[in-house]
Amino acid sequence: MNDIGYERPASVADAILLAARPGAAFVAGGTNLIDLMKGHVAMPTLLVDVNRLPLADVAQRPDGGVRIGAMVRNSDLANHALIRDGYPLLSQALVSGASPQLRNMATVGGNLMQRTRCYYFYDPAFAACNKRMPGSGCAARAGHHRIHAVLGASNACVATNPSDMSVALAALRADVVVQGSAGERRLPIADFHRLPGDTPERDTNLAPGELIVAVDLPPSPFAARSHYLKVRDRASYAFALVSVAAALDIRDGVVRDAGLALGGVAHRPWRVAEAENALVGRPLDDASIRVASDRLLAGAAPLKENAFKVELARRSISRALKTAGGLA
Amino acid sequence: MDDDQSPCDGVSRRRFLQTATTAAALPAVAVQAQTAAPARADAASIDTAPAPSATQRTVRLRVNGVPRELRIEARVTLLDVLRETMALTGTKKGCDRGQCGACTVLVDGRRINSCLTLAVMHEGAEITTIEGLGTPEALHPMQAAFIAGDAFQCGYCTPGQICSAVALVGELKANTLSAATFDAGIASTRAPRTVTITDAEIRERMSGNLCRCGAYTNIVAVVRAAAEGGAA
Repeated sequence: MNDIGYERPASVADAILLAARPGAAFVAGGTNLIDLMKGHVAMPTLLVDVNRLPLADVAQRPDGGVRIGAMVRNSDLANHALIRDGYPLLSQALVSGASPQLRNMATVGGNLMQRTRCYYFYDPAFAACNKRMPGSGCAARAGHHRIHAVLGASNACVATNPSDMSVALAALRADVVVQGSAGERRLPIADFHRLPGDTPERDTNLAPGELIVAVDLPPSPFAARSHYLKVRDRASYAFALVSVAAALDIRDGVVRDAGLALGGVAHRPWRVAEAENALVGRPLDDASIRVASDRLLAGAAPLKENAFKVELARRSISRALKTAGGLA
Repeated sequence: MDDDQSPCDGVSRRRFLQTATTAAALPAVAVQAQTAAPARADAASIDTAPAPSATQRTVRLRVNGVPRELRIEARVTLLDVLRETMALTGTKKGCDRGQCGACTVLVDGRRINSCLTLAVMHEGAEITTIEGLGTPEALHPMQAAFIAGDAFQCGYCTPGQICSAVALVGELKANTLSAATFDAGIASTRAPRTVTITDAEIRERMSGNLCRCGAYTNIVAVVRAAAEGGAA
């Protein structure tokens, strides 16, 4: 690991000032950044430690939703009464990720900032990675890409976002609250992570130096019926090949509202409003699930090694929706 | 990939062991200076203790109940401080990348991977390592259970397994959720309120600790018995 400076600011304002210095990076749980630094993939020269900023509360909002501080640990969030009772989909997604030790370290803000687990991004022995070295090419497209994207990829990059939490946040329509030198702004979760396009080096729409301070969850009608299904190569402690966050509001046998998002298939959590709409206003059944699947997976463009993901996603969507809807 | 190269300190493990042996009589600070050789240093510069880095700073920790004040570089992990500065080598370096759990310690009572966190981030924290849980003369109940239940073979992952298991018992008492808890309560689709202790729960909750010998069967049995008996 390269030599680094270290600062532990006492306030969000100080943290933002420090982040403007050249080579600065925020560090929270460190579970991804320290790993990347050991591999010489990330080489910040100044770490701005935000762990002790007063951003570790989970609180009810006046609108009936919940505000989650960016420094709440994944394990604490999964077990918080407001989340367990009101947003069990988020609890389930959180405990599906990593290991108990890592969840005790990892924060909400850090989880949103996780970088891809593409083999070629992670290993600087490979010269070609547009995400690590813009303009260098993509080794994954012609190389091994079994775990890579089947939706929303570009010629420049076929990486996936590895987060489970973010997939649940997408289905729950969360907002990310960020603060920078220009003040505070809110980004709907759908606008937080980006598709790779020609600039895969940028994972998110955060401006340089902006700090995630909170995630806001709107009031949810999904507390009674949701399911996070994660399909992976091991039973536990592995990243998703495909995951599904499914949330339903069913009254009198009719779906009134639906939240549906995929993980492991794209550069960001994959959610399509028309897919959710296909489920609404009618009973949950095979026909509506098929339409929702078709719309969610429309435009899928798998590569040689990851074509299985499309069919796996189709079956996982069905199973997750049926489990959430009580049909499984 | 990094079989002989410790990516954190840039000194090969073999060379570190050679130099550490000759430096054994020197104070800990000298050993620390050797580990601080710059990444990708050539052989000549490794043998020359570099000037203290501008990023060295003082960190105060309580380790196994003993207050410690250290002068270290910001980039040094908690794991390396425990093993190389404090000579608490019970905590093991397995993958050094957060994938195996051999480095598991308790920080303020919570289990974490000490390889993926910097010591400077833990100013004022209470660290408990395997050495702080019990001694050969006065074993912690979990240590005794691992021995009595033959829950290891080579023993390398065992300190991490035991630290993790001790935390697990407390987490179960607090009714925390795991992925297995959701699987067990799948019909309701709501987050379950209580956790039933099963082998599936123990396996899921110990999944952050790998055992290359494959002693999992006995590990699950002793951790389950300890959890059911409330030993922690």
